Amino acid sequence: MTYQFTVSPDFSPDHISGWYIFNTWLQKQTGEAIHLEMYDSFQHQREAIQQEKVDLIYANPYDAAMLVRKKGFLPVAKACGVSDEAVVAVSAENSVDHVEQLQPGIKVAVTEDPDIRLMGMIMLEPADLNASNIEVIVNGTYVLVAKQLLQGNADVGIFFAEAFDDLSDFIKSKLKILVRSQISVIHHSLMIGPKFAYKRNEIVGLLEKMGEDEKGGGVLKSLGFKGWEKVDDEEMEFMIDLMDTLAV
Amino acid sequence: MLHDMRPEDIVGEFREKTLDLYGGYRRAVLYTEIETPYPDGKLIVSTTNKDGIITHANKSFVEMSGYTEDEILYAPHSILRHPDMPPAAFKDLWDTVNRGEHWQGYVKNLRKDGGYYWVKATVIPNIRQAKVVSYTSVRRKPSRTKVEECTQLYPTLF
Repeated sequence: MTYQFTVSPDFSPDHISGWYIFNTWLQKQTGEAIHLEMYDSFQHQREAIQQEKVDLIYANPYDAAMLVRKKGFLPVAKACGVSDEAVVAVSAENSVDHVEQLQPGIKVAVTEDPDIRLMGMIMLEPADLNASNIEVIVNGTYVLVAKQLLQGNADVGIFFAEAFDDLSDFIKSKLKILVRSQISVIHHSLMIGPKFAYKRNEIVGLLEKMGEDEKGGGVLKSLGFKGWEKVDDEEMEFMIDLMDTLAV
Repeated sequence: MLHDMRPEDIVGEFREKTLDLYGGYRRAVLYTEIETPYPDGKLIVSTTNKDGIITHANKSFVEMSGYTEDEILYAPHSILRHPDMPPAAFKDLWDTVNRGEHWQGYVKNLRKDGGYYWVKATVIPNIRQAKVVSYTSVRRKPSRTKVEECTQLYPTLF
């Protein structure tokens, strides 16, 4: 049997080859045939999950509730010391210095990345802004979000903090951060589906020791991770509860 | 057990009031007019057991409360209860979460130093194996418009 592995479509383009290298490593370690399928959108990935095609996923926290509560997935591990944080930024030329100065009717550039968009919208709430009184411009990448600000097509951009930090120094010099989240407990997680769940403990063990040998260390480097740490059921439930409170 | 607030902990001129709190506690609180602004980009997170006792508090919770983590953990959540908050708001909170639903509202919290901070709070029941086992509260930065509305409204609810 071949299992399907997929990665949240918000992965950094710099690490796409890293996920293929990781998949090869995982197949060798587990002795299982695992096919890596990279979906180009959250919608396509969710359709595959609904059709029960996915057995292992590096999942966006926004999808964790659906995966655990509706599809019977279990958490496996998360990248050490990595959490999902959002940045709300404007053009450096914009006279606005604080979120509270933003006015209804503004254009907000975002990507489809669901947890970052949610966090960004929460950080706009102090200005009484919500989906009903802003215009949302959805973009394919965070570079395009930045472009919308630089070209004056959008007033505010919501960025994945890591993606913002990875923008070129030139682009960053043209932008101004209004607020950066410091939530710390929302993170992507590797999660395993019901058909593959019998391998959960074995995979947790493999991932926890991944950095101990040269080959595993190289794979981690290609993913941009320092290591993996186990996510237990209660930690995942807590994050799902937290996401629930933010979605209200 | 909740101790009465002590004058030596208070910063600035204060007033005193005795509150009847959830769980049958009575507490003398000392409070000032000094507001601590909600920190940008942060969430204040805590979990209580079904009796309203704090079992988890994140760093932002501890920092904004003015207490140490040791003072906060296993204290009743009503340690943050400000006398300007109408009891009806908390009754609505408990009635709502006990029905298994989310509660959201604007809350003025009391700090150890007698000052206060406003939050937009969302409280949800934590359901495990179909049973409510605890409650999680997540607070985020409120808009000043909403705070001003509540500042006008809450005194009318006593």
